[in-house]
Order: sequence, then structure tokens, then C-alpha cells
Amino acid sequence: MSVQVWTWILVGVTFSLYFGIAIWARAGSTKEFYVAGGGVSPLANGMATAADWMSAASFISMAGIISFAGYDGSVYLMGWTGGYVLLALLLAPYLRKFGKFTVPDFIGDRYYSNTARTVAIICALIVSFTYVAGQMRGVGIVFSQFLQVDITLGVIIGMAVVLIFAFLGGMKGITYTQVAQYCVLIFAFMVPAFFISMQMTGNPIPQFGMGGKVEGGTFLLDKLDTLHTQLGFNEYTSGTKSTWDVFAITLALMAGTAGLPHVIVRFFTVPKVKDARKSAGYALLLIAILYTTAPAIAVFSRTNLIETVSNKEYNTIPEWFKNWENTGLIAWSDKNKDGKIQYVAGSAISSKKPVFTNERGIHGERLISNANNATNELYVDRDIMVLANPEIANLPNWVIALVAAGGLAAALSTAAGLLLVISTSISHDLIKKQLKPNISEKGELLAARIAIVVAIIIAGIFGIYPPGFVAAVVALAFGLAAASFFPAIVLGIFDKRMNKEGAIAGMVVGISLMLFYMIRYKTGLIGVMDPRPASEWWFGTSPEGFGTFAMLVNVIVSVIVSRVTPAPPKNVQEIVENIRIPSGAGEAVSH
Amino acid sequence: MNSKKEKASAYWKENIRYLTVLLTIWFLVSFGAGILFRETLNEFRLGGFKLGFWFAQQGSIYVFVVLIFIYVKLMNKLDKKYGYDE
Repeated sequence: MSVQVWTWILVGVTFSLYFGIAIWARAGSTKEFYVAGGGVSPLANGMATAADWMSAASFISMAGIISFAGYDGSVYLMGWTGGYVLLALLLAPYLRKFGKFTVPDFIGDRYYSNTARTVAIICALIVSFTYVAGQMRGVGIVFSQFLQVDITLGVIIGMAVVLIFAFLGGMKGITYTQVAQYCVLIFAFMVPAFFISMQMTGNPIPQFGMGGKVEGGTFLLDKLDTLHTQLGFNEYTSGTKSTWDVFAITLALMAGTAGLPHVIVRFFTVPKVKDARKSAGYALLLIAILYTTAPAIAVFSRTNLIETVSNKEYNTIPEWFKNWENTGLIAWSDKNKDGKIQYVAGSAISSKKPVFTNERGIHGERLISNANNATNELYVDRDIMVLANPEIANLPNWVIALVAAGGLAAALSTAAGLLLVISTSISHDLIKKQLKPNISEKGELLAARIAIVVAIIIAGIFGIYPPGFVAAVVALAFGLAAASFFPAIVLGIFDKRMNKEGAIAGMVVGISLMLFYMIRYKTGLIGVMDPRPASEWWFGTSPEGFGTFAMLVNVIVSVIVSRVTPAPPKNVQEIVENIRIPSGAGEAVSH
Repeated sequence: MNSKKEKASAYWKENIRYLTVLLTIWFLVSFGAGILFRETLNEFRLGGFKLGFWFAQQGSIYVFVVLIFIYVKLMNKLDKKYGYDE
């Protein structure tokens, strides 16, 4: 059977499964809608957290990024897993004991202030929207690639699917759907990895294969380092970023992970404090399966790519190369007219993406109009590494189709989780807690559902018309979370003396500083100002790593301001003493 | 009432001690072995891996998982000791 038929079958089967679950787990109350009724088992919650966490970016892009970045890619591996240690040790158990629905709830009560709550809502919305816009784009790309429709239609299909899950089930439906999506995505990620590891190193476990030997008895990594050096690239295992920047980015990603509202809210869904700790452990274990496999896939596909294309005649190149060339994700320009592909360090084109003319060259290649004068003749989009991997390694058609189903599961589960956080912020934190406290449960549920629809439409529009800055900003959502929530929550638990003045000042200064740096050095002010060059970075810190700096400033400001203003009232100090003790958590309640 | 308060503060102190130890290990495997000292560690090898590179892309993640499960175990024991388990 062809890849296309297999894709339809696998996507059809997995989607019917998700819909079946969403209908079975319909939410009847606000409690079921926000925290799945509070009765989710630690393992199920761990799986849902893992699916929520692993987005299209983890599934599709991460291995590709590492494959091109080598050692520098480690920031994502350590950053996006190490954050769970912080989450498990510093946040999850205490927030569960506190027992409310949302992060702004905690901030609002702990800092006895509606101003603090509002600041937290705004931070939550900024963080979640920057993140979800990228996800909807991802959903669109995956749908368009595999169902062969254009991206706009892909995004619209994705919007409809997410809408049904979120609308029907709220947190309950989403949690149980995500359990199924975790299984699909991890299976889809691992199967090709096993095959390729076996092919290249004779060891089916990719984590071992990565350190194994290839034909001829040299170690795979040594061979790749040699290939890289020969072609003028940096040694794969060394990288190019400064040690300080690697340090800063890793820490910002870790703190950001622990501070992301859609991840934190997960730990409100389990019955006891004990379960919150355990479920963070399961979540990381399940995430680690993908995160330790991704660097192996990166090495395999990097080696495969170089060996398949470097200095080979275009006429003898395998079919997959030409297929991806047709989608525009690979481009080749025969600059020295020898008919062979020269793949060496440096960009092959003068702008970011290749610009295709409608003509073919003498070898049948698609001609591009923006080739530069560098020796390198090949452009490869890093997003294709995971998608093309099964084809490059000549795996059966059903494996290729499986990757499509997995990519969809990853993108949809994350988008659904994020949209729920957005709608909760609006219906619960904003409407119920601030604007209209006496709203009925039914009214609140309706407001939540309306908020989800609106959020999906806005996210969809971002997906269809991606403003240039969205993609750049997604990576910075972590910096924003690290600079705002993370210190406020940790200090709220571990520093009894921390008061509202300190926390509000810290959050405002932290997120403003991060936004300022982002706009100045990464996105520019649209139409007014271009981003400043990297040579002007403060202390050589990239915008991605600046969250670490902004977080430190947040902590310093919070501590100083809190020490010169009055201590928090007695009842708040009692709340802090109470959340430090695990027993008597009870169920999560709304007020 | 007072003994209840003392119990709570003793529990909290032990908890903080565990956190300090576990987070020190967390820091050492990732920021230490994977970033700050990787050049030195790269002189050593683990099979086909340079050791610093292995910590950055594999080892630190394994240690993270183990750390959380150790924490779960320690805390369950501590809860029992102070009668906070349920």
C-alpha cells in the first residue's frame, strides 16, 4: 500500500480513538472542566503531562535542530527536562496542597491582592498565546504535508479538531485524550529510531546505538566529527555557542518549563500531594524516552544525510531528495557546474529561504534565484530531518505514515492544553474572580466554552497569517515564564516574608525587562525598529538566554522591595505554613 | 499547638535539607558536567561518547529522572515519620 493510503488509515484510526475518548469523558461541572474532577491517577496524569508538553516542536523540529547544532542543541535537551526536577521539588507538591484551579489563583491568594492576580493573568495570557500561535502553525504544516492540502486548510482542520476536544471535555476530555496521544506519539517516534539504529550500528536501542560503532569499526560520533571537520563544519560534539550563553539558555528553559501555566495546572488534577510528586516523576520518565532518543536520531540522520548527498551526482540521488525538493524544503544549485552536490559549511543562499523560479536546470533540479557565491550548494530545512528520516533509511511505508499520525498527536495535544489554560484564565480568573463573582457554575462553564472558541479562532488566525515575529517569539515564551511566574511562585512557598509589594514589583520588572530585551534584540518593534545586532547583547547573552538574567533581577527586586514594606498578614503566613505540610490536601476547589 | 508547630518546622527543615542535596546533584550533572567542565570531561570516554558530551545529551536526563523518584521515596518516608501521610 502507498504511503498516502497508510496515512489516511492511521490518522483515521487514531482520530476516531481521540473523538471516542472525548465523548466518553465529557465534562459536566466546572471542576471537571478545569481540573478533570481532581481524580486522575499519577500515571495517567504523567502521560497527559508528557503529551501536553511534547509539542510539534519536540516531535518534528527538535531532532532536526540538534542535528544541525550538534552540542549546542544540548540546551534544549537539558533545559526541557531539567525543568521537571524544579517542578517536582519546588512547585508541584505545594501548589497541589494549596488546592485551587489556576496559577493566578495561587498568586492572587498568596499575595492577597487582586493586582497581583491581574498581573499573573496578563503574564499567563502572554506566555500561552505566544506558545499556542506556534502550535497552530505546526498543526497546519503537518496536516498540509500529509493530507496534501494547503496550509490554510490544514490550520482550519486543526482548529476544528481541537475545538471539539476542548469544547466537549474541558480538562477531563483533554486529559484522557492526551493519554492516548502520548501512546501514539511515542510509538511513532521510537519505531523508526529502532530501525535506523539497527541499520547503522547493529544495536536496536538508539541511546546505545548513538555511542556504538559503524561498519569499519569506528565509533559513529567520531566518524561524524571527522566528516564535519572535512567539510568545514564545526566538530559535531563541540558546538559554537559561548559557555556562558549555553548556561544561560539552559537555565532560562528550565525555569521557564517549571513556570509554564499549562504544565503547572496539570498537578492540580491528581488526588493527593503524594500523587503530585509521583506524577512529575512519571511525566519526566515518559518525556525522557523521547528526549534521549532525539539526539540519537539527530546523529543518525546527520550522518546519513552527509553520506547520501555529499559529493554525489544529482542524477544518482535517491527519490526522497527530489520529493522534498518539490516541497521546497531542499534546494540545490549547481554553482560549479559539475553535476555533483557540494555540501560544506556556510549558507548556500543569500536569504533565509530559497526562492524558486519555475524552471528546471539541466539535471532536472529546481532552479533558485537567490543562490550566493559560497561553495556550499545545498539548502536543507532542518524541520525535515524527523519527517524524512524513515524515507532516507528506506523504511516501510507504514512507518512513514506512522510519523504523520505521531506528529499530529503531538501538535494537537499541546494546542488543546494551552487553549484550555487561556480559556480558564478568562472565565475563571477574570470573570469569576474579578468581574462577576456571583456568576453561576453553569454560566461560568458557558463563559469557559465561549472563551475557548474565541481563543482558537485567534490562534488559528495567527497560524494562517503568521506575523514574522510569532515564530521568533515562541522560543521566548520560556524566558517570559522564567522572568515572571517562576520566582513569584517559588518565593511564595519558600519565603514566608515575601509580600504583595515584592511579588508584584518583581513580576512587573521581570516581564518588562524580558519583553524589552526581546523586542530590542530579537523581534524589533514592528515597522519602527529593527532588532539590534548580536554584538550589542548584554554580557554576550542571547535573547533566548536572557530569561535567566530577567529572573535574577525579578528575585532581587522582590526580596529588596518585600523587606522594606510591611510583612504579609497573619492569615497569609498561615497559608504558607499550611501548604508546606502535605497532609489534608482535600480536593481542588474553586473558592 | 506548640508541639504541632515544632513538628511542622522540623519537617520543613528536613525537607529543605533533601532539596539542597538533590538540587546540588541536579546542578552538577547538567550545568557542571554538561556545560562548565565538559572540556575536561571530554578527555574521558564512555564507549563512543566523549564524557562531557554524553552528560549534556544523555547522562543528565537519566540523572534527572532518578532524582525525582529518589525525592518521591524520601518524602514518602518523611511524611510517614511525621505522621503526614494519608
